[in-house]
Amino acid sequence: MDYFRTELAPCVWLTALRTDKFKTGCLSATLLTQLDRETAAENAAIPYVLRRGTASLTDMRAISARLDGLYGAAVEPRVRKLGEIHAVGFLSDFPEDRYLPESGELENVIALIGELWLNPNTRGGLFLPEYVDSEREKLLERIESLRNDRRSWAVRRLIENMCAYEPYAVSALGGADEAENLHYVRLTKDYRATLASSPMEFFYCGSRSGDEVAEMIRSAMLLLPRGDIDLELGTDVRMNAVEAEPRVFTEEMDVTQGVLAMGYRLGSCMLDPDEAAIRVFNAVFGGCATSKLFTNVRERLSLCYYASSSADLLKGILTVSSGIDFDKYEPARNEIDAQLDAMRAGDITEAELSAAKKAVANSLRQIPDSPAALEDFYLRQVIRGTDASPDDMAALAEDVTAESVAEIARGVEADAVFFLKGEDA
Amino acid sequence: METLNYPALGETLVRHTLSNGLRILVAPKPGFRRAHAIFATRYGGADRRFRLGDRWIDTPAGIAHFLEHKMFDMPDGSNVLAELSARGASPNAYTGSAVTAYHFTCTDNFYVNLDTLLNYVSTPYYTEESVRKEQGIIAQEIRMYENSPGSVGYYRLMEILYAHHPVRENVAGTVESIASITPETLYNCHKVFYNPSNMVLCCVGDVDPEAVIAAAERILPSQPGEQPNRDYGEPESPLPAERRSEREMEVAQPIFYMGVKLDAPKSGADRLRFRLLAELALDRLAGPSSGLYNDLYAQGLLSRDFGFEVDDAAGAMTMLIAGESRDPEAVADALFERIDRVSHRGPDAAAFERCRRARYGMELGGLDRFSGYAGALFRGCMDGWNALDVFDLLQGFTAEEAAEFLCSAVTPERAAMSVIRPAG
Repeated sequence: MDYFRTELAPCVWLTALRTDKFKTGCLSATLLTQLDRETAAENAAIPYVLRRGTASLTDMRAISARLDGLYGAAVEPRVRKLGEIHAVGFLSDFPEDRYLPESGELENVIALIGELWLNPNTRGGLFLPEYVDSEREKLLERIESLRNDRRSWAVRRLIENMCAYEPYAVSALGGADEAENLHYVRLTKDYRATLASSPMEFFYCGSRSGDEVAEMIRSAMLLLPRGDIDLELGTDVRMNAVEAEPRVFTEEMDVTQGVLAMGYRLGSCMLDPDEAAIRVFNAVFGGCATSKLFTNVRERLSLCYYASSSADLLKGILTVSSGIDFDKYEPARNEIDAQLDAMRAGDITEAELSAAKKAVANSLRQIPDSPAALEDFYLRQVIRGTDASPDDMAALAEDVTAESVAEIARGVEADAVFFLKGEDA
Repeated sequence: METLNYPALGETLVRHTLSNGLRILVAPKPGFRRAHAIFATRYGGADRRFRLGDRWIDTPAGIAHFLEHKMFDMPDGSNVLAELSARGASPNAYTGSAVTAYHFTCTDNFYVNLDTLLNYVSTPYYTEESVRKEQGIIAQEIRMYENSPGSVGYYRLMEILYAHHPVRENVAGTVESIASITPETLYNCHKVFYNPSNMVLCCVGDVDPEAVIAAAERILPSQPGEQPNRDYGEPESPLPAERRSEREMEVAQPIFYMGVKLDAPKSGADRLRFRLLAELALDRLAGPSSGLYNDLYAQGLLSRDFGFEVDDAAGAMTMLIAGESRDPEAVADALFERIDRVSHRGPDAAAFERCRRARYGMELGGLDRFSGYAGALFRGCMDGWNALDVFDLLQGFTAEEAAEFLCSAVTPERAAMSVIRPAG
């Protein structure tokens, strides 16, 4: 897989990987903005409003018909929170020409993406109010529906409480109050300003050469406005817990099972993050099927069906979630604490470490088998300012020692606990 | 060993049946690091009543799924999940209404992992103690589904659609039903359903078909075992048992599941063709480029997570349409109105052609998603069709055929709807 990276215009970059192994190619076009409560809902709404219609394909039905005709090419809004960077844009996949009776698939997809970004359906230079009103309602519905998935809801409420004074508390969709205030005039202005001032990242993976793709994107994005680009984008990493004892938050919902979510600051390891070691640390703790949480909270104590941890390497936050009976709050919380304490004390067996390293390396080595996984991986690498490949990271993971994992554990500070429980439970 | 070549798709498929009746499918994928192996039995949540020797046995709801959880324990006290994970593989398993499948994905040690997979799935080992312990874990899994509006809405639909077919029951069973499971019932179920002749082994990745076949030959029993005889009860009426279900849960806005029982050919390529026709007809009716979807979206009655599929399990084929809407009844009315319009005005050939192309692209992309591809391959093998035939079959449909299907199969009398409404 040939890696290629080039600057197409000021702060407009293309990362391209050339390969013939997939049936489908992949292309994304993403604006990078600073995550902020004030602007998050507006920024999240932009690709959805743009996707409603362009100057030539004036409504969603016309766009969908065009995509169907392109053998089911997909161009969908994609809104991500990467640390405290808000990445908004489009992700596309489409069949490779060699499996189709006609060629020109990529050319057509790039032209469509260029039109979506630069040539929306407007009236008097403004977004159509009916499109904005309708997408405001959809965005609100989407924000409200987050609670339907109890597990991710509990983790979200944990983060909202734990990081109440940090932009990180805001979700990728923005807040409901801000979404409520979306207005077509302001949104058009925000769109123009954001487009002109944000770094833009393109990613391509498929059978064409990087040079060819760069040329096609350059001509499709020729009219992209470029003003003062915001080069200060970044994530503020908080090293310590907010209070000496973890803050505890509880909420009630009409549910049959409780969800315990625990949040930690990764702490001192974030001064100079060794990503491979943090990945292995997370795998030993609760990130794989041989992890301490899975083996103890689930298999040994039968307290739950799931108990796992996840680390945000950009923000330096670790979260644990587990679905338990309402009356198992104390034993589950104590056991999770106890497992982290064990790691701090260096109680990490050779077998645990070796399985965790293999799990991390294996999942990294599989990334080049999926265009969408490659897209996400390389966008995160851009934000971290590195071009290390998944294989490079996998090799580093294989060299992590038990001592470095214990060292990370010793720096981790419990910051908040959130318990979603039944009404009157 | 038989090799099928699909040059237009860039695919090859190797098929082989061992003398013990095990069917093996290998789709070699040169250039990929990841390899996926799945070992599946035609036994799922719906197989509650079956014959063992000369007597019929009734088993508790959730037993196939419980058995799946307990397959990972080995007689020497080890746990296979841990063993495979220790080698860097990602092992897992799932139980549906008609199948239980054990699988792993790895980038390294494929053949060692394959040996382990074949070994553990053919080695039953259950104790009173381990069964008791698992009851606690699965009870929490069941509670998790009870908390999921999607899962509750789906099973409520199946309960009102089907009068007695066991696909209407939750695959995991209930906290009460799994309490009566014993090691003996588990051994009986394993004996009846985990025979080579009732199973399929499927591998997708850069692997050598001959080595896969040799491993299966070496490890699995040489006898085919008995052919399971299962009972799903009397045939179902084409009409739903009940038309409506309403539940309240903590949800932001109503979630709906609409369904229709489809009267499909029994098995084989005809059944695949029928399912594909149903999917294409739905694409045309309610897909992203349909008038129905776009009108409802613009009116604020549907969101982007609206979707549909055709479920086919244990001989029961069901058309499902699901989404979130503040007014599910209005969505249903609009749907039947559209079908009515099709029956009067006739089909739109150009729009149908676009749907056919879109479906082609979607199926093509699916060949790179190994677990989904392997799933389609082994299910097809169990039901007498070949997943790669969809590409040829797609060419053979006409807009008229799809329209006719909609007008006859999807009528208000045949449809049922389950709605989860916001509580309070």
